[in-house]
Amino acid sequence: MKRTLTVIHALGLLLVVFSLAYIMPVISALIYGETSVLWDFLLAMVWTFSAGVLMWIATRRYKGELSIRHGYLLVTGMWTAMPAFATLPLLLVIDGLSFTDAYFETMSGLSTTGATVLAGLDNLSPSINLWRHELNWLGGMGIIVLAVAILPLLGIGGRQLFKAETPGPMKDTALTPRITETARNLWLVYCMITAACIVLLKLAGMNWLDAICHAFAAMGLGGFSTHDASVGYFNSPLIEFILIVFMILAAMNFATHFLAVRGRTLRVYLQDTEGLATVGVIVASCFGVALFLWWQGTYPSYLTALRHASFNLVSLATDCGFASVDFNQWPIFAPMWMLFLSSVTASSGSTGGGIKMVRTLILFKQAGREFIKLLHPSAVNPMKIGGSVVPNNIVFAVLGFIFLYFMTVASLTFVLLISGLDFISSFSAIIACINNAGPGLNAVGPAGNYSGLTDFQTWICTLAMLIGRLEIFTFLILFTPRFWQR
Amino acid sequence: MEGLAQSQPITPKQGDAVKILILGAGQVGSTVAENLVSEANDITVVDTDGAKLATLQNRLDLRTLVGNASHPSVLKQAGLADADMLLAVTQSDEVNMVACKLAASLFNTPTRIARIRAADYLAHQEIFSADNFCVDFSICPEQILTDYIRKLIEFPEALQVLEFADGKVSLVAVRAFEGGPLVGRELKYLRTHMPQVDTRVAAIFRQDRPIIPEGSTVIEEGDEIFFIAATENIRSIMKELRRMDKPAHRVMIVGGGNIGRRLALSLEHDYQVKLIEFNKKACEGLAGELTRALVLHGDGTDENLLETERVGDVDVFCALTNDDENNIMSSLLAKKAGARKVISLINRSAYVGLVQGGKIDIALSPAHVTIGSLLAYVRQGDVAAVHSLRRGAAEALELVAHGDRQSSRVVGRRIDEIDLPKGATIGAIVRNGEVIMGHHDRLIEQDDHVIVFVINKQMIRKVEKLFQVNVGFF
Repeated sequence: MKRTLTVIHALGLLLVVFSLAYIMPVISALIYGETSVLWDFLLAMVWTFSAGVLMWIATRRYKGELSIRHGYLLVTGMWTAMPAFATLPLLLVIDGLSFTDAYFETMSGLSTTGATVLAGLDNLSPSINLWRHELNWLGGMGIIVLAVAILPLLGIGGRQLFKAETPGPMKDTALTPRITETARNLWLVYCMITAACIVLLKLAGMNWLDAICHAFAAMGLGGFSTHDASVGYFNSPLIEFILIVFMILAAMNFATHFLAVRGRTLRVYLQDTEGLATVGVIVASCFGVALFLWWQGTYPSYLTALRHASFNLVSLATDCGFASVDFNQWPIFAPMWMLFLSSVTASSGSTGGGIKMVRTLILFKQAGREFIKLLHPSAVNPMKIGGSVVPNNIVFAVLGFIFLYFMTVASLTFVLLISGLDFISSFSAIIACINNAGPGLNAVGPAGNYSGLTDFQTWICTLAMLIGRLEIFTFLILFTPRFWQR
Repeated sequence: MEGLAQSQPITPKQGDAVKILILGAGQVGSTVAENLVSEANDITVVDTDGAKLATLQNRLDLRTLVGNASHPSVLKQAGLADADMLLAVTQSDEVNMVACKLAASLFNTPTRIARIRAADYLAHQEIFSADNFCVDFSICPEQILTDYIRKLIEFPEALQVLEFADGKVSLVAVRAFEGGPLVGRELKYLRTHMPQVDTRVAAIFRQDRPIIPEGSTVIEEGDEIFFIAATENIRSIMKELRRMDKPAHRVMIVGGGNIGRRLALSLEHDYQVKLIEFNKKACEGLAGELTRALVLHGDGTDENLLETERVGDVDVFCALTNDDENNIMSSLLAKKAGARKVISLINRSAYVGLVQGGKIDIALSPAHVTIGSLLAYVRQGDVAAVHSLRRGAAEALELVAHGDRQSSRVVGRRIDEIDLPKGATIGAIVRNGEVIMGHHDRLIEQDDHVIVFVINKQMIRKVEKLFQVNVGFF
């Protein structure tokens, strides 16, 4: 109990900080002159702030240094509490929105999934749209990295959180000696790339709001859009190209970007085995799927096929979730391949979700090691990624992760099947949610959205997003009896 | 070795022995001492291990001193102040470097040579300069040995491949085998048979006895033939002396120590390499460092392991552990299983003569391979390279001719006018990067690099003297 209270204490502080996030939609409401929306946002801000302060004061006696166990609890707490408070403006502004749907929407935003239950996005208040995208962006780098940069300033240790949160198995590649410094640097790189994306999208013909929103969604690999037709609304190859580039950038390890910026060199990209694999798989798949669509006669010319295949494939493979056409109509191989890529492609340390490329590489190499072991029983053959040896305990952790991943996908898919959804919809919805990708197929495909689901089904998808974002272990560990034992 | 051409040759007062201080009585230190003692130098050896020094002193006529080689007091006591040369060849790069620095700043020692093994240091040659560690020459015996073995793998037919003049000229030893076009013919037939390729046969060893080659000498099966040629021609010449084998493809190395590791690293991109190492921890380190070679944990004398790894299909098998007996045994096992060529590293010189030419194709004595690079610095006259041949019995030297017709007994003369001792032959001349074969009517000019083959070690002094410039030139 004491531990939970310590975590609530930290959570209170975090909510106070989070309430600052309302400043952006407040400014936008002022600019667009949306008076009632402005008051709703201010109200939400005050509530979030006061709730945070209340939690902080009520538990101040339990203030203490966070251990790793605290970290797991805090991370899960944050990822459930923040979406809960973020629903406030949605519930206040949009009439008739249920808490279930609002919570799905904010969870989808903060977990950078990008699945939506809202229809009529084009007519939605600009400030609400901005708020949704800001959630994407904040979620993008992992709110936690922000927290890692800010929390230590507030006197709360950060290293533990970093261990529990940063995506991927290669967590300990410290870039700078101090965790705060690392987080701040990563955050800075993230902001710089986002700014570049905003400017380019504006130059490519979007208005400022669309440019900011889509840049936020692309960098966070969230995939929210201000239009029901998503990026298809703009029907501009240039915009699609810009977004492809930035989605791929966001799907690479931000540590690599940071090293490239600091060293003013592009060579680090060649040394980033994982990033190379990510880009290689994406590029090869783009050309391959385009060829397939052209051969199937979906598109009359190879170039058109390439354009649509590239954008939608990159969007799904990087776990972003934009769509420019209804790829649900494509022959089933193409969307299934894209969903498959969404599970494996994104790099660790990126804003994407899923298994992560480094784990995929480790598994591939592990399979290769088994072959070598059969042929040469005495061979000493350590796992190597990018020239450095990966210890066996990481390999086992990855195997455990993959097992849990597939079990989670299978069991949640069964739950959706029990609830009456068809197989393709169930399976694709779970895959899309657990990978934080966004659109699935059929009922939850790019043409429709998740609003057709029952409340129960919506909650299951919300759960899948949370589990996926927290890399499964962080969440499931809370349900082991040992975690609560002293 | 490159820097040597510009360096001052060591010219002690005539008749005086060269005073040399050797730091470290390990394998390198004791071999050097042994070789230098026989050439009548004043040797002092310093080591922390008194027992090692005692065995050395029992065998050789030299002075020893127990102490830390990087302490000024020890160096002073060892007589560094009077020494002409410091050879810092301890196990530790750092001690060697510090000793050189001390020798330069406290004792003004003229020539300082250090054994440096870490590639990290060698990558920054500037740290050896006169303002830094004052190392005149750095040597790395392991690297020399690795390069040497690599050459033997590149030319699987050769018994020995030695390079002169920055690799422009090679001296190759091959055994003549039945079926080679030249076997059973006179040497002068080589000229008519291959008019486009210029080469010289420097010596022939028949049943371990040297024969001075002449035009009428008939090559017999089993002869060990030393020939000198421009490096690009050696393949075509070898073809005349024996059936060419397919180039090597699969290499198996036993022993992942310093040499095995370096060799595997240098070979792994061009050959299919398997490396067997006994120590599990060492295996893991090696496997982490090597990208393509397959690292196997096990004993090189374990016939089951060798068989599982199909040693019979291996083109070159190298036994490079620290243990002579193990090397010999695993080489014999490999040869019996069908390995094409087996190379065995053997430290004890008694064993080398025992096994070479038998089942084991090449018995390598690390000392003999590496000593030449050190001897080049110690020798009198301007010696650019020294290679020890036939386990130290013969030698090939690369000498630089200085002076003019008056001051030198070599420069400005035709090769047949030079008063070479019997058994010494001039194999080739390298003039401004151009290779000229040492036919009898060629004229030697100033600054030529002359490659001399000496079949008997006793003549080396005479040859060196021949190349020395008369007093008054400097």
